[in-house]
This record gives sequence, structure tokens and C-alpha cells, in this order.
Amino acid sequence: MNKSQLIEALARHENLTLKKAEMVVNAMFENMADALVQNERIEIRGFGSFKVKYYNGYKGRNPKTGDIIEVGGKKLPFFKVGKELSERVDHQKT
Amino acid sequence: MALTKEKMISRLQTQAGLSKQESRAVVERVLDIIKDTLASGEDLLISGFGKFSVRRKNARRGRNPQTKENLILRARKVVVFKTSGVLRNRINGQRSQ
Repeated sequence: MNKSQLIEALARHENLTLKKAEMVVNAMFENMADALVQNERIEIRGFGSFKVKYYNGYKGRNPKTGDIIEVGGKKLPFFKVGKELSERVDHQKT
Repeated sequence: MALTKEKMISRLQTQAGLSKQESRAVVERVLDIIKDTLASGEDLLISGFGKFSVRRKNARRGRNPQTKENLILRARKVVVFKTSGVLRNRINGQRSQ
């Protein structure tokens, strides 16, 4: 499923115009992205949580040329799946 | 100070000009659609944010680090998230690549 399909499904279920549903879905993900850009955690019970983690830089190699290159440190969001979603995805769980 | 569901609801209320009730209904609905999609084994791709995919993990031998007991972890399905390049660059303070 992609974002436009999510927008269509929301419009259908909540009787919204496509335009309104698009606005809502975009706003929700923008709010989430903005939180992460500001280093803020996201916690949604039953779904999961996001936290920005810092990864140290390291010396790597270009596999084609063998050159040593410096890979800088970076920040990446880490998603921890929530209990309800994790159980629903893994049906056989007991 | 985390972004919680309640905060998402009240922010969306202002941004989309909805009542509190309507805002709550759409936020819950979006989350339900996402959860149903992943529960059915289908991936979810949100451009500019990232991709949630369901990955199958094979059974493997594991160990309880506390009791040092050997055990077998059965095959299971997990959700993984990959951040989109656009969001990754925004988080690292770059416009785009």
C-alpha cells in the first residue's frame, strides 16, 4: 500500500473527500517527520515508537576501487514495533 | 516530551479544522488501516517518510542471556522500518542529496 491508497481508504471509511483525506494524511506524517527532525520521540500505543539514534562514523572502503573512505556519523530513526501490531503481524504467536 | 497519539489528535484538529471527535476518528482510522495492511502481510510505503515492511525471520537457535539457557526461536514475522532518503537528509540537516 502506498500513500495514495492510504488516502483513498481513509476517505472511503470516514466519508471524507479525497482532498480532505489527503490533507489529513499529509499533516499526520508531516507532524511525525517534524518531531523526528527535532529529535523528539514518537510514541503511539499499539502501533510503535520512533526514536532518533546516533550512529558513529567509521572508516570504510569503496568496494570497487579499494580506497579507504571516511563515513561520517549520522542520525537515523529507529522504529520499535508496538505489542498489538507485532502480535497481529505474527499470527501464530501464543 | 514525546509526540503521542493525543498530541497528534490535537495538532491535526487545528491543522485540518476538525472537531476533537473528528480528529480522533481519523487518526484512529489511519492507524487501523496501517495496522490491518501490515497484519495482512502487505508493506506500506509513505513517500517522504519511509517504508514499513513485514519480514519473515527463520527459526534459529538462541540463548537467554540471563539464564544462559539454550532455546530455539521459532520462525516469525516482524515489522521493519526504513527511513526515506528525504527524511534521513532532513534529520541530518541537509536539504536533499
